[in-house]
Amino acid sequence: MIAEEPLLFEIGSDDKTAVDFPPQPDAEECLGSCRRTKKIGLPGLSEPEAMRHYTRLSQMNISVDSAFYPLGSCTMKYNPRLNEKMAALSGFSEIHPFQPQNTVQGALEAIYILNELLAELTGMKAVAFSPAAGAHGELCGMMTIRAALTHRGDAREVVLVPESAHGTNPATAAMCGYRIETIPVNAEGLVDIAALQKRLVHGEKNVAAFMLTNPNTCGLFERDILKMADMVHEAGAFFYMDGANFNAIMGHVKPADLGVDAMHINVHKTFSTPHGGGGPGAGPVVFNAELAPFMPLPWVEKDGDTYRLIEANDGSVHSFGRMRAFNGQFAVLIRALAYILAMGLPGLRQAAEDAVLNANYVRVKLQDILHLPYPGTCMHEVLFDDSSLEGTGVTTLDIAKNLIDAGFHPMTIYFPLIVHGAMLIEPTETESKRTLDEFVAAVRSIVAKAKEGKAEELTAAPVNAFRRRLDETTAARNPVLVYKDETQ
Amino acid sequence: MRYLPLTDAEREEMLKDIGISSVLELFSDIPQVDSKPIELPVPKNEVEVERKLTALAGKNISAAKIPSFLGAGAYRHHIPALVDYMIERGEFLTSYTPYQPEVSQGTLQILFEFQTQVARLFGLDVANASLYDGASAAFEAAAMAERVTGRKKIIVSGGVHPQVADTVKSCLQFNGTDCVVLPPDAENTEAIEPVGDEACVIVQYPSFFGHVNDYSALAEACHAKGALLVVVVMEPLALGILKSPGDMGADIAVGEGMGLASHLNFGGPGLGLFATRKELVRNMPGRLVGETKDADGKRGFVLTMATREQHIRREKATSNICTNAGLMAVAFSMHLAMLGEKGFTKLAESNHARTSRLASEVAKIPGVTVLNKTFFNELTLKLDRSAAALVEKMAGHKMLGGVPVSRFYPDKEDLLLVARTETNNTEEALHLQEELKK
Repeated sequence: MIAEEPLLFEIGSDDKTAVDFPPQPDAEECLGSCRRTKKIGLPGLSEPEAMRHYTRLSQMNISVDSAFYPLGSCTMKYNPRLNEKMAALSGFSEIHPFQPQNTVQGALEAIYILNELLAELTGMKAVAFSPAAGAHGELCGMMTIRAALTHRGDAREVVLVPESAHGTNPATAAMCGYRIETIPVNAEGLVDIAALQKRLVHGEKNVAAFMLTNPNTCGLFERDILKMADMVHEAGAFFYMDGANFNAIMGHVKPADLGVDAMHINVHKTFSTPHGGGGPGAGPVVFNAELAPFMPLPWVEKDGDTYRLIEANDGSVHSFGRMRAFNGQFAVLIRALAYILAMGLPGLRQAAEDAVLNANYVRVKLQDILHLPYPGTCMHEVLFDDSSLEGTGVTTLDIAKNLIDAGFHPMTIYFPLIVHGAMLIEPTETESKRTLDEFVAAVRSIVAKAKEGKAEELTAAPVNAFRRRLDETTAARNPVLVYKDETQ
Repeated sequence: MRYLPLTDAEREEMLKDIGISSVLELFSDIPQVDSKPIELPVPKNEVEVERKLTALAGKNISAAKIPSFLGAGAYRHHIPALVDYMIERGEFLTSYTPYQPEVSQGTLQILFEFQTQVARLFGLDVANASLYDGASAAFEAAAMAERVTGRKKIIVSGGVHPQVADTVKSCLQFNGTDCVVLPPDAENTEAIEPVGDEACVIVQYPSFFGHVNDYSALAEACHAKGALLVVVVMEPLALGILKSPGDMGADIAVGEGMGLASHLNFGGPGLGLFATRKELVRNMPGRLVGETKDADGKRGFVLTMATREQHIRREKATSNICTNAGLMAVAFSMHLAMLGEKGFTKLAESNHARTSRLASEVAKIPGVTVLNKTFFNELTLKLDRSAAALVEKMAGHKMLGGVPVSRFYPDKEDLLLVARTETNNTEEALHLQEELKK
């Protein structure tokens, strides 16, 4: 039983506060003509009321801690609490971005060590550690590529993106001023290499980069990646890899060996830092030697026993500039460092293997009742479509909502867009066989009901969640984005 | 390995079900390439990881241990214990973007409360559910202004944090934008007059050098020329006693919420705040949470207006942002709810009064000039010597005494930024005054 909880604006009041203050000194007010005269409208709660409000709200969430969360392409693995403890150390959490550098040598060393580990795992030369998330990392990578091309006087204007790509890829390239051309996917769920070749070899010589997610969003490894890399380089373009799915291959292959020139790493996916209800994450980008001089500030250099934070361009490098203030998602990076130190190479390799094993286990346990658009083995996630539900009156959305009633967070649905009614299941390596068996049983039971003609029951789900299905159409048509006090 | 639940026996059984004999068969699509083997340190148990990272943390001087008057866009505030505790709850910490609203109402309701608090604080109609940080939010605001006006010129005031200005300029450099960053305005003498080709003018309030300016006239001048006014607020606490950007006519207000959400963490993760007028909402970047009803007619919240976003619109999206600063937004909202109107105002007054007292005291020190006639909780001091050298010296005396402006503008050697918040008591202020006299 979860209790209803009103909005803060319905229970708080102007004269309540959960914070006590010491007396303040008398002093002249120096605010010019900017003194506030209107109220802000911030209701307050006492401390016990705040505890109740947020505890009740927390209970309305499903999380990795409480349930299987196989959200494809998001890598919802367990978040070790040791990472939290390490990030909370006062020597990390209570340091200011602009302290004298000799007072933050440990922080700079930590960043330096993490960068070395990421470079080793990817075979790359340099790491831009400041990007705040995967899409921010993509922007970092594409701007670095554009800066390198500009430096060589090469005004290329097109970026190639497979149609199976995350929406962030084309959106990112557009933000860098590029025109996007889409490369089709073949019947196997892989990049149509003939189409790529045709565009690169016979098309206009204006391709700046090819962006590829690998393993791709269908959960498949692009096995022709070496050929693709050759074609891309032959055409004078750069090869950007979206590392969102690096969890599947870490420790097994270095992206640099696959011809990749730059790649971001979502540490909140691969390296177990928590997703926080939608961030903060971190998206450091690894670069090869050709691109490294163009990457953004800041970075850390080692000079004997001293670590130096490079914050400004003294003209000795071609850095394209900066993409945020301060020193990256430091507290997130500390968590990733704690994780990599805990795992070591054997742990990371095993994690990748178990992630792939778990996905394939779910595949073989469900492939007789759900249709695989791309049959055969998969990597860390398995993709089904809705064709086996045809004629039942039950959709992918209904499957998802019934999984909620069965106590699971649903898989990713309706992505990738190239598959009808997609269901993308990523179990991750931190789930036990028992959990997978329970999930498989739940899906089988839902699909069996669909095939028995119980559409009416299934389309009513969820009935066990805190809320029934929410009307998203009305929300978008008549947006209510802030609280308005109806009584005033 | 302690984070991996499968046993060897289970792995064998699962391989058998899959119909293969080795897990490596599942990796057979990865090309075999000759390569130097990967070398990483050997796996560590909890004790060993703690030892290693505690040693690294121990090499830093924590502002929890010695007085700190550092600001320059990152202000140290006391975070209530309840906030620290609450954001470590797994329900908030280990969930993700609320794509499935029926099982994410906790995060969604708090983000709705957050959007409302931010909109009210900035005096604007709507706010989004967060961006990465204040600087990237300023870039997004400039990009939005370009979409709204169809123009490609941006003016950035010399009172804007140099790293924010760099971010805006860097991130717009490849889309044909003419981004003009004005020289640093330590003396607060700048006057901006839009001529009519600008998408927006970006100012900071209070400025990087601590000055508090009323931008109402600038807003009118911008609007008369068809440009937007973007106001950057790196210290949103100031809005507890300062009139809001919306009241001054700002079209977009962005901010850095980190200092009110969490500890400073060497500057990250940040929390990008973003608010605007309701007419512009469909041009806004970032996630939005909206109110709706469920099948039983009960109130609930969902992610909404996704047709602006990358997963629907791809290259035509308003931004590429996906993961944002969700948990930081949640922490910010919790802190503001704990403060309430009364506490927020009082906290702002306390910061200002403490800084004002400090200003009048340091002004008496020979060789120190306070450049600010107006300020909130940060001052620019003009010294008779190198600010960087003084700061180094003070660090040796267990005092983080300020941020030398030369860190950003190498020729401004004699300027020191000093911020005082509720965390700095009288004893610490006296210590700082002594150091400035030496």
